[in-house]
Amino acid sequence: MTADTVARAMATPSMPQPFAELGLTADEYDRILHTLGRRPTSAELALYSVMWSEHCSYKSSKVHLGQLAPAAPASAALLAGIGHNAGVVDIGQGYAVTFKIESHNHPSYVEPHQGAATGVGGIVRDILAMGARPVAVMDALRFGPASAPDTGRVLPGVVSGISFYGNCLGLPNIGGELDFDPCYAGNPLVNALCVGVMRHGDLQVAAASGPGNKVILFGSATGPDGVGGASVLASAAFGGSVGAKRPSVQVGDPFLEKLLVECCLELFAGGLVVGIQDLGAAGVACATTELAAGGTGGMRIQLDAVPLRDPSLGPPEILMSESQERMMAVVEPGRVAEFLAVCAKWDVRAAVIGEVTDTGRLVMTWHDEVVVDIPPGSAADGPVYHRPLARPAAQDALAAAGPSALPRPADGPGLRADLLALIGSPGLADKSWVTDQYDRYVRGDTVLAMPEDGGLVRVDEATGLGIALATDGNGRYCRLDPYLGTQLALSEAYRNVAVTGAHPLAVTNCLNFGSPEDPAVMWQFAEAVRGLADGCAALGVPVTGGNVSFYNQTGISAVHPTPVIGVLGVHDDVRRRLSTGFRAGDDDLVLLGRTEAEFGGSAWAHVRHGHLGGRPPAPDLAAEQRLAGLLAAAAAAGLLAAAHDLSDGGLAVALAESCLRGGTGCRVRLPGDPFTALFSESAARAIVAVRPGSEAAFAELRIAHGVPGETIGHTGGDALAVEGWFTIPLAELAAAHTAALPALFG
Amino acid sequence: MRIGVITFPGSLDDRDAARAVRLAGAEPVTLWHADRDLRGVDAVILPGGFSYGDYLRCGAIARFAPVMSELVPAARSGLPVLGICNGFQILCEAHLLPGALTRNSGLRFVTRDLRLTVENTKTAWTRAYSGGEQIVVPLKSGEGCYAADPGTLADLEASGQVVIRYAGDNPNGSADAIAGVCNAEGNVVGLMPHPEHAVDPLTGPSADGLRLFTSVVAQVPG
Repeated sequence: MTADTVARAMATPSMPQPFAELGLTADEYDRILHTLGRRPTSAELALYSVMWSEHCSYKSSKVHLGQLAPAAPASAALLAGIGHNAGVVDIGQGYAVTFKIESHNHPSYVEPHQGAATGVGGIVRDILAMGARPVAVMDALRFGPASAPDTGRVLPGVVSGISFYGNCLGLPNIGGELDFDPCYAGNPLVNALCVGVMRHGDLQVAAASGPGNKVILFGSATGPDGVGGASVLASAAFGGSVGAKRPSVQVGDPFLEKLLVECCLELFAGGLVVGIQDLGAAGVACATTELAAGGTGGMRIQLDAVPLRDPSLGPPEILMSESQERMMAVVEPGRVAEFLAVCAKWDVRAAVIGEVTDTGRLVMTWHDEVVVDIPPGSAADGPVYHRPLARPAAQDALAAAGPSALPRPADGPGLRADLLALIGSPGLADKSWVTDQYDRYVRGDTVLAMPEDGGLVRVDEATGLGIALATDGNGRYCRLDPYLGTQLALSEAYRNVAVTGAHPLAVTNCLNFGSPEDPAVMWQFAEAVRGLADGCAALGVPVTGGNVSFYNQTGISAVHPTPVIGVLGVHDDVRRRLSTGFRAGDDDLVLLGRTEAEFGGSAWAHVRHGHLGGRPPAPDLAAEQRLAGLLAAAAAAGLLAAAHDLSDGGLAVALAESCLRGGTGCRVRLPGDPFTALFSESAARAIVAVRPGSEAAFAELRIAHGVPGETIGHTGGDALAVEGWFTIPLAELAAAHTAALPALFG
Repeated sequence: MRIGVITFPGSLDDRDAARAVRLAGAEPVTLWHADRDLRGVDAVILPGGFSYGDYLRCGAIARFAPVMSELVPAARSGLPVLGICNGFQILCEAHLLPGALTRNSGLRFVTRDLRLTVENTKTAWTRAYSGGEQIVVPLKSGEGCYAADPGTLADLEASGQVVIRYAGDNPNGSADAIAGVCNAEGNVVGLMPHPEHAVDPLTGPSADGLRLFTSVVAQVPG
């Protein structure tokens, strides 16, 4: 095959090149010409196009994300922060944990099964590349209206893809989210989180250091799948035919990924790896440029040494391919034989494709002819845009159209009907239809999984050390106020970790937004990042990394701004975990926190009236911190039998969920206005069940932590009874809760 | 007592099976698919997972692994062997157990805590249970629908080779709600539910599964 070599590029300086088709602007193309002092070869053009895509370069978001690291509180727990494949935090006893959440939204819309499956695969390799053993996954999913025909195509495919890949890989799926809103029709959000555990000394680096060291590509052979996934799929809004983009979606092989995980961990344990990088978006292009830019600075690669699935591929396709289940390692020459032997043991294909140099240039050859010769930093760093941003004029009208005029139930039957409607609505209904397709047991360390508030995984069998995780996002709140909405998402994830009895420790995020070229979207984004930075500073938890997903829109209508926030906590002893389920035993129920009449963006307004307007609840980060401190202390002291955070649907939904989870009813007296008490979504609240005999000790602890609280009733019986207003037998509650998703999806 | 746990490429619950062995008071021994060596163990567990990615058919490739050439004759000579989920599928493919496991009738992967009835308490792996006892153990599989021809099913019933049955819902459409069977001698048992995930109430729905492992420990002199 004749390749477009550097020599040919110099000989044909004015040859027209398809930069626009590859997603590059004329300015960006000029910048490449300027950087190289000549036209790029077709391979170089391919490389820059994927590396400078929004997805890989964060060119529109960088100027805003820059505030996250400095705003983060100084945390001794942070071993590796923003900028690595994933952040790493110290959880004590010599263990470190790495976790990250990433989007796979567009592929999951085009081809739901493979799109969602490879989303899991990609985030798992990110965690693996840090040197950790992946131990659990979570998925935050958002779809269009549950009853829309296209949701019937997308949702079952996404769930089966996550099930297929995660189950076969042997990672327990311990939680996540499922929500529906018309704004996600045509652009579902599929965010996958993975968490991994390692010993402190196991941390790996993504850097090609040491001239003469060999570069080894291992895992799957490279094929034509996913060519341009980062640039064509992830970095442009949808329009026209979805089917035509299908070749840009990758195809996953979880069996090979399982072998790759075990192979990498054995390579790490043998000290055979100098540097390592996973291959995700932008494939070989990204791995080589980032390894080279992060290391000694130069690398020489023989592209014709890359094992291929399709022999017709040339340099541009090889560089852009997003074939799954591949890793790239830098290995000392004297250890290459050992490295290859470990790969052979695990039936993992490996090939030496180049070596580290000290030239400061990333040079790639194709049958001995140079087809790429660039300074790697120029591709790895990419352009930075200060996109215009403007608060949309309609924002004020939206804030003014609050929920106060909506008709509210005023009697027992009305309140009862609203509660049943809420817990039977698709976003709040029982999610077993989805979660029963995921393995939550594998590895044998899952202590809490969905439908609990947070997932909890045991790390050390002897000491009971564990990690808790939760993800939360609320597009409705963020649409009303992206700054406050982001802080509410952070608050909720933080609280969901706290109600397991864990101490929140660190934050990851997946920022799902519309087109950055729309100033209104950029305003939402800037506000969200500012809210996150301020929120993390106030809560004392650092952001350790994250992911930005722009262009989540079909045509001109963008999704609600939807930052999904993941919070990681450390649990000193998982045997002292708190579950949400009530148990028979006449435990006092104490409502913690302060309840105001806050219905803007609430589940009640959404489900009962299809209404979105007004202001979201006011976050109270100091109160969240006090609440978390109280819950951790009470769990450690063994004072509580159950704890559940209050969020969507307020106290009403929390009580219903806790009753159903534990198979035990409760009887409560509502303080104040019953509608507000039941359905308000004020932040920084939880309901706890206090063990008999511990009432006084808990009250004392609660006061010491400065958390307001009120005993509102007790557990027991086989109904949810609200004194003076209504009673719902558990069987009726369960029927309403469990019927929704099977009725929709079969 | 030493109990081997085989790791095939794609085995996932090997670590969990080893933990259950340890909790049952025995020593877990790692067996590698590519070695023709059972390392002198007193019993063997084929764990759950997706050996060879379930390619071709669940268990169809694993049955040809080198370690199986040692295991099959040993099992025929009376070595206690337990196959869990994918291990059950492999034992069926290897003809150590009758029948086959096919796609769930609902066509979806099912993870659920299930009530099971232990019907045969004479096998190497169920002696610690009482006959007809109900236990709660998780199921997690996509191809757990037990199938056999009518004659085989009748023989299994007549000879008491149905070891464990789904007590409530039949989650995958298994013939006669069969969750686990044994060979005629009772030393080889296979089941789709995962007893190794019900050894500690902290991490499972119960500790009911532990007695599958203590059954064999009590039986073999250590």
